[in-house]
Amino acid sequence: MTVYKLWATILKDVRVMRRDWLGLTFMFVMPVLLVLIVTGMQSGTFELVNKNKVPLLLCNRDTGAASRQFIHAVDTIGLFEVHEIPGTQNEEMIRERLYRKEALLAVVLPEDFSAQVGARTRVLAGKALKSFGLEDSISGGSVKTSAAPLILYYHPVLQESFRRSAEGTLYSALQLVESRQLLKTIYFSINEKELPDSLENQFLSNREKISEIPVSRSNSRKAPSVTQHNVPAWTIFAMFFVVVSLGSGIVRDKRNGSFIRLKTLPTSYMVAILSRQITYLVVTMAQTVLIFAIGVWVFPLVGLPRLDLPGDWLGVALVSVLCGWCAVSYAICIGVFAETEEQANGFGVVSIVILAAIGGLMVPDFALTGPFRTAMKFSPLHWCLDAYYGLFLEGGKLKDVWSNVLSLVLIIAGLQGIALWGLRRKNLI
Amino acid sequence: MEIDDLFFHYPDQSGLFEQFSLRVEAGHRFGLFGPNGAGKTTLMNLMTGLLTPSSGSIRLFGKDMQKHHLRINRMFGFVPQDLAFYQELSPVENLAFFGAWSGMTGPAIRRRTRELLDILGLAAVRHKKVQQFSGGMKRRVNLAIGVIHNPRLLFLDEPTVGVDVQTRHAIINYLKQLNESGTTLIYTSHQLNEAEELCDTIAMLDEGRIIAHEPLDSLLSKHRQEGLEGLFLELTGKHYRDDSV
Repeated sequence: MTVYKLWATILKDVRVMRRDWLGLTFMFVMPVLLVLIVTGMQSGTFELVNKNKVPLLLCNRDTGAASRQFIHAVDTIGLFEVHEIPGTQNEEMIRERLYRKEALLAVVLPEDFSAQVGARTRVLAGKALKSFGLEDSISGGSVKTSAAPLILYYHPVLQESFRRSAEGTLYSALQLVESRQLLKTIYFSINEKELPDSLENQFLSNREKISEIPVSRSNSRKAPSVTQHNVPAWTIFAMFFVVVSLGSGIVRDKRNGSFIRLKTLPTSYMVAILSRQITYLVVTMAQTVLIFAIGVWVFPLVGLPRLDLPGDWLGVALVSVLCGWCAVSYAICIGVFAETEEQANGFGVVSIVILAAIGGLMVPDFALTGPFRTAMKFSPLHWCLDAYYGLFLEGGKLKDVWSNVLSLVLIIAGLQGIALWGLRRKNLI
Repeated sequence: MEIDDLFFHYPDQSGLFEQFSLRVEAGHRFGLFGPNGAGKTTLMNLMTGLLTPSSGSIRLFGKDMQKHHLRINRMFGFVPQDLAFYQELSPVENLAFFGAWSGMTGPAIRRRTRELLDILGLAAVRHKKVQQFSGGMKRRVNLAIGVIHNPRLLFLDEPTVGVDVQTRHAIINYLKQLNESGTTLIYTSHQLNEAEELCDTIAMLDEGRIIAHEPLDSLLSKHRQEGLEGLFLELTGKHYRDDSV
């Protein structure tokens, strides 16, 4: 009899949900758009940094060789698309160009750039010669140099991480120019003749390549793409968004007359809660299959990297079920304690965005520090993400994510316990 | 239904019912009346198990409500004043769900659904969403759900509020039929002409106390009143009763 009641309740829940277009949109359409847009944007940023060149305005007021070498070095490094602007342009004109977004970065090489580089390298060369036990015939004592050999202007929209990366590139180019000068100066001092071009090129182009190996439990050497990061993360986000339909559904039950009638019938309200758990767990699984399918088949069609599913299907299935159940348990808690649908929707959605932020879905967890790092451990989404990343990024199997699985089971038990306590406290069961 | 020595009060309020007792015999059409704030809805909620008394006992069919609530809940039906169903569903879908929760299974639910929708004039709209219905049709769906499991006792809290004359007439006629087939009715309403038509026994409730409890005819003749409205005003007075809210 209880099984029949449960079946009838599941049928009722499915029918009600099928007619709730807003809830269905929140649960299926929004997450699909979100995963497509965020992955597309992050992939675009990745390509901007790694494949496309960033426009850079370069105002060279110097006429010496070092500035030309610097421009050549910046060009060679390949991060920037260098647009040289006349050296006569003043700071105001450069600012105006940046406001017009001709570029987000501008570098000014001052009039004495080459002289500064020359002076600095002569001092360094003199010190080097002294340390070799040779006579310093080139430094000419201490040399006065201006504080900065080059000036970098940037548009405020440029994020700090990207600005730091651009600065690093410019320092590398400057280092390259100074190294060249230093080498030539020392060579000349020792051999009293110019450094041969072939030797100069050999020294300067001798840049060792860095071999990058992503650590993977499956020994895969393939670097994880933005898709591998984003699809699991936004799938979890989508699962937790069932709060909009499930949380407000429980509040609707409590507030409308049907709940009064249900309480007079010979069936426990726990059947309704169990039915909702089953129905919405199936919804979260449908979301997972849909978003993963989009990652595998639709992403390549729109120019995004394909989602590589982990080999351990059992692991993916178990982690997905636990993530879905965790999301459903959280939504039930919200529904039990909220007094109005507005409370359930408002608090539900905002809390999920906050939990996603501190859980590492929006900012990588390694970037979180201090109290945020502690807070991260209280976000159920963090444990869901960690379990998925163990499978999707680290190439692990179920045995490798057992600690995450256990954490998720404990979180689910905790949320279910809180919901049960709330149901009893509010005299709902 | 027997209520003995009942005590009940809402938190932070003085006692609404103190040493309250009431008895309703099987087969009657019992009406419970009183001004606003008299305790009618609270008493209805206590009788249906929605509220728990501080002390005393409520017995339905000879069984204590507190001790045997799951068994007793199968035997009574409740038609609340609020529309207590899912507006997104059709009458058939609502009856399938509430029928299952009332302890019925598939074939019995389907048979009873056909029967009820025919009697209450809802057969033509059986698969339409209830939210598209008129107020009267919704009231009939509300009633159908309350009687889907053929209850031996039916609680009705203002079952005809806000409906037209035709719907009221249809509902009252159906309730009489139901009573003739053996269902006891416990009914409350502010529609006193309707109550006169339906009830054979009434109780007047005021400030948590029974001030009259007799067959309707004898009560009217005792107080030399021609109708329930005159009797009501004589027993409860003409002043407003909702000033304390």
